[in-house]
Amino acid sequence: MTSTVATESTPDSRSEDARLERELTDTWRLCRGFAGWFCETNHTVIARRMLVTAFVFFALGGVEALLMRLELARPDNHFIGPDRYDQLFTVHGSTMMFLFAVPVMQAMGIYLVPLMVGARTVAFPRLNAYAYYTYLIGGVFLYVSLFTDTGPDTGWFSYVPLSGPQFSPGKRVDVWSQVVTFTELSALSTAANLIVTTLKLRAPGMALNRMPLFVWAELVTSFMVIFAMPAVMLATMCLALDRLVGTHFFNSAVGGDPLLWQHLFWFFGHPEVYIIFLPALGMVSSIVVTFSRRPVVGYLPMVLSLVATAFLGFGLWVHHMFATGLAELGQGFFTAASIMIAIPSGVQIFCWIATLWSGRLVLATPLWFVFGFVAIFVVGGLSGVMVASVPIDLQVHDTFFVVAHLHYVLIGGAVFPLLGGIHYWFPKLTGRMLDERLGKAGFVLTFTGFNLTFFPMHLLGLHGMPRRIYTYRAATGFGPLNLLATVGAFVLLAGLLVVLTNVVRALLSGRDAGPDPWQSDTLEWSVASPPAPYVYEHLPCVAGRYPLWEGIRDCVVEGMDPRQRQVLVTAALDAAPDHVYVLPGPSIWPLLSAVATGVTFITMIFTPWAVPLGLALGTVCLVGWFWPRPPHEPLLAEQP
Amino acid sequence: MTGALDPASTQALAISILWWVFFWTGLFVFAAVLVALVVACVRGRRRARREGSAAEAVPERSLEQRRERAVLAATVLSVVILIGLLVASIVGGRYIYGNPSPPLPVKVIAHQWWWEIQYPGPRSSDLVVTANELHLPAGRTAELELQAADVIHSLWIPNLQGKRDLIPGHTTRLSILPERVGRYDGHCAEFCGLEHARMELPVFVESPERFSAWLTAQRRPAPAPSTPEAERGARIFTKGPCAMCHTVTGTDAAASVGPDLTHVASRAWLAAGALPNSPRNLRAWLSDPQRLKPGSQMPPTGLSESELDDVVHYLGSLR
Repeated sequence: MTSTVATESTPDSRSEDARLERELTDTWRLCRGFAGWFCETNHTVIARRMLVTAFVFFALGGVEALLMRLELARPDNHFIGPDRYDQLFTVHGSTMMFLFAVPVMQAMGIYLVPLMVGARTVAFPRLNAYAYYTYLIGGVFLYVSLFTDTGPDTGWFSYVPLSGPQFSPGKRVDVWSQVVTFTELSALSTAANLIVTTLKLRAPGMALNRMPLFVWAELVTSFMVIFAMPAVMLATMCLALDRLVGTHFFNSAVGGDPLLWQHLFWFFGHPEVYIIFLPALGMVSSIVVTFSRRPVVGYLPMVLSLVATAFLGFGLWVHHMFATGLAELGQGFFTAASIMIAIPSGVQIFCWIATLWSGRLVLATPLWFVFGFVAIFVVGGLSGVMVASVPIDLQVHDTFFVVAHLHYVLIGGAVFPLLGGIHYWFPKLTGRMLDERLGKAGFVLTFTGFNLTFFPMHLLGLHGMPRRIYTYRAATGFGPLNLLATVGAFVLLAGLLVVLTNVVRALLSGRDAGPDPWQSDTLEWSVASPPAPYVYEHLPCVAGRYPLWEGIRDCVVEGMDPRQRQVLVTAALDAAPDHVYVLPGPSIWPLLSAVATGVTFITMIFTPWAVPLGLALGTVCLVGWFWPRPPHEPLLAEQP
Repeated sequence: MTGALDPASTQALAISILWWVFFWTGLFVFAAVLVALVVACVRGRRRARREGSAAEAVPERSLEQRRERAVLAATVLSVVILIGLLVASIVGGRYIYGNPSPPLPVKVIAHQWWWEIQYPGPRSSDLVVTANELHLPAGRTAELELQAADVIHSLWIPNLQGKRDLIPGHTTRLSILPERVGRYDGHCAEFCGLEHARMELPVFVESPERFSAWLTAQRRPAPAPSTPEAERGARIFTKGPCAMCHTVTGTDAAASVGPDLTHVASRAWLAAGALPNSPRNLRAWLSDPQRLKPGSQMPPTGLSESELDDVVHYLGSLR
């Protein structure tokens, strides 16, 4: 037995506590200096970097969107021209999906899940660092390409044969397919990390049915990632082979099929929406519970809804392909599945409203963003039910109606909760409070700007404006609504700038937050803000769903050796303590491995010799990564 | 503005009715959710003022069951509504396919970035090949056979029918029963490369008499040049670079890379909706296609000023 669980606090002497803190600080010390920056594997540090990186990409994607809005502001505009415009919308979509939405949600998970389940860090800190660097290299690669005028230009969906070797010579599409591979590799690594962290590192007593809903959302999402991402990696690999070594997976002239691409892509592409949106639902649950000052109504239906969404999410990819003329009966099935997925989302909205209804509301900024989320997301959900219907979809598919729909779902369903979540967890991440007045002003502006931008697009689509056109004739009459949308985009920009100002001001001179400024219910609020590198001085144990409200702050795990990076592994279902596991410390190898991966993927565009080269580099890196360290200390903590 | 909600065919009408069913249902659901949210807010605020904002870790069981039942009721209601919409969608879907009257067969082949239209006749010599303009008779179902020559395109005429993709290696179909005479906008709806924005297809729904008159006129070979300029233009056209890509029936120009120009002067637009068909625009187009439609497959012709004038004359005579 390597650890014991104390059910009540032991009155340790002050000096013993100080010694414990000193030893923990020493063991979990962050790396220092320039070289240390590249070796760091602490999950809060990596998650913070990932958040900042993701928001930088969000800003870049936003600038692309503004450029496109300027181009479309009036008819027959020649501000950008077709070639740049195609690159812009391709890179905008790819950035928002691959470089912002998925990573930002995973970064929140990497930061918060260990804190919420009462763990010191994630299960695989080095893999975490590797995932981050892979993502970073992929993102930088995309933007270097864009700025050197080799940005991909066939859309974030890159339909063949347009993206095939015959119609897209040059390297643009290769850049796209490799960037996808980079980001999917990163997402898969992070998903595996989150799953193991959630299932094996939970605090003793935190059985599955006591997990915070945010953790549930991240867990379910991570499983979706594991099932969805391989489809698109397979698709982009086939595309790369078609383009680089002359295979014919998608060439209809010799027995390939362009529709195969669409099936593979949307088998990933539709779940992708839920991969982005489920963690956001988890954030909404956290915010609603905290600011209603009561448990959520219907914990079990909430969890089941998340799981149901994940399953159904894999059964409706064909509704992206109704216009390809598939058999009617099959289309009926996918219509039914697409309509059905509204049910779990509805259940969650009903549960939140019931919780607010019976709560004692504190109208803080995060809750305002949740209100905005409900209003926008319900519109997006309802237009989603419309596009699930085959006849309606045949009219609005690939028009601005769908552009409006997807932004209502993704900005309303994911970005608004995320902004709420940022306002909510900012004190935990930084130790500073955001200004409430600026926060609310930011909300009002983003909400207004968003609706001004995207609501008119519904009408444009119905009136006949197709997607992805760089210009339109004045006679079409699309001008005024497009101008309105462009104005709205700048209001939205102003709102986001207010949010940014608030963040910068708080970082410079924000009020000190203390560990628990909102009097919340979950474990992350029991530790310092920002948390120490070891997070928990004593690992907590848990007896309910809302540990901080149930007054069991003093229940802790004893007997872990503070002189090693020990984590407590617990059982997957009931979180009974199982054994102590010693995690590896900081290392340069995750970065070097990511660089090796990057070199391989990028060189692959130019020569097949990249494969053996990558194999050699990868082998060297993995040997370095797993080189056994001589144990400085006895591996197992002694029984106290 | 025209569009999907201004239907001019049986199919578009069915879809627009279905759309309005979904719209009003959606509006009702949206209003209900919003009202519930506002009431919840007001109640929650009032309660916080009355009782303070200390957290209530364990709510009273009986009250909690009532709330859960309310959630269940709302869920059941949503399921009922969604099943209603599903049934409406399937019923409405039956109207968007063909109907029994003998249809008019039309073949549409999409190219980067223009439309080739063929009307097969009773004999093979009756085949009409035209481009960038779809003529349909009112009151008769047109059965469109859709193919793509290069990449995936999608044919969308919002007033007449939902869209259908044109996919290389596949043949897809679309039925339209136009009811109202008029001119409607068609457009490529699937991103197909650089000039996707300028791949329009004007559609003319005409009375059956006018349509058959048009079709008869299109079946005739091109008129012989009648002026000296047109004669020179015809020579330049058939001996020069134009004939490498284009067809004018009744002459030596018989290539099929670009649009068939046999009756080009009868068309309202040039280059798939890029510019209105006038001698001035035609001349501008011939002298520098890449300026007017960058990326177009039409190369600069390299003709001299006087040659251009002659070719424009000739093409202008092809009614």
